[in-house]
Amino acid sequence: MLIRSTTALAALLLFAATPLARAADKPTDPQIAHIAYTAGTIDIEAAKQALKKSRNKDVLDFAKDMVRDHEAVNRQALDLVKKLKVKPEDNDTSKALTKAAAAERAKLAKLKGAAFDKAYVDNEVAYHKQVDSALETLLIPSASNAELKSLLQTGLKIFQGHEQHAEHVASMLK
Amino acid sequence: MRKRHLMVAAALSLAATPAWAETIQVTIDKLAFSPASVEAKVGDTIVWVNKDAFAHTATVLGDWDILLPPGKSGRLTLKKAGAVDYFCRFHPNMKGHLTVKP
Ligand SMILES: [Cu+2]
Repeated sequence: MLIRSTTALAALLLFAATPLARAADKPTDPQIAHIAYTAGTIDIEAAKQALKKSRNKDVLDFAKDMVRDHEAVNRQALDLVKKLKVKPEDNDTSKALTKAAAAERAKLAKLKGAAFDKAYVDNEVAYHKQVDSALETLLIPSASNAELKSLLQTGLKIFQGHEQHAEHVASMLK
Repeated sequence: MRKRHLMVAAALSLAATPAWAETIQVTIDKLAFSPASVEAKVGDTIVWVNKDAFAHTATVLGDWDILLPPGKSGRLTLKKAGAVDYFCRFHPNMKGHLTVKP
C-alpha cells in the first residue's frame, strides 16, 4: 500500500515536482479536468470492487456513498466542460493514476473478508489524502477558469469529507 | 451584543405568553451549513435546505439523524433544551451547532 501510495502521489505531483519547473509546466485546464475526473472514476471503481467483495455493512455503506458522491461530482464536471467547450485532455498524471489504481485493484482482488475490508478502507484514507493534497497544492492553484476552480474547491471538500469518513470506518474495523 | 439582545428577547418571552414556535432555515451549499450556528428554543423547527447535488445528513450520534437528499430538505422540531454539535455522516468535515433554549 505504501508503494502504491507513493506512486500515485508521485504521479499527482509530477507537474510540480519537476526541478526548475516553469509556469508553463503547470497543468492546463483541459488536463486538470481530466485528472480530476480520473481521480473520481478511480474511487468509483474501487468502491464497486468493495460492493462485490465486502460483507461488512459499514464498508458497504461507505462504498455506496463513494459511488454516489463521485458520480455526482463527475456529472457536474462533464456538464462544466461541455458548457466551457473544454475537451478533457489525457496526460501523464492521469495515466500514472490509472495505472497505480489498476495495480491496487489487482492487489485487493486477492484479499477476502476482514483483510479485504481493512485494505480497502486503509487505501481509501491514503488515496483521499493524496488527492486532497494534489487538489490543494497543484490543481486548484493551476486552474485558470473560475468555474473550474470553484468545482475543484467543492471537490476538495468532498474528498476531505470522504477522508474523515474513511478514517471513521477504519476505526470501527479495529 | 447579539447575545444580550437574545437574552432580552428571552426575558420578554418569559413574560409574554405564549411564545410562537418559529421555523429556522439552514441552507447547505457547497458542503457547508449556513448559518453554521443557530440559536432556537424548544418547539422551534429547523429546516435544512440542501442546495447541493450531493446527499448530506444533519446528525447527532445517538440522538437524531436527518437525511438530506440532493436538492431536498429535511426538518426537525426541537424537543429539548441544550447545546449540540451536529455533523454530516457522509462528510464529517461539515459541522453545525445548535443552541436550544427552554
Ligand atoms: Cu455531507
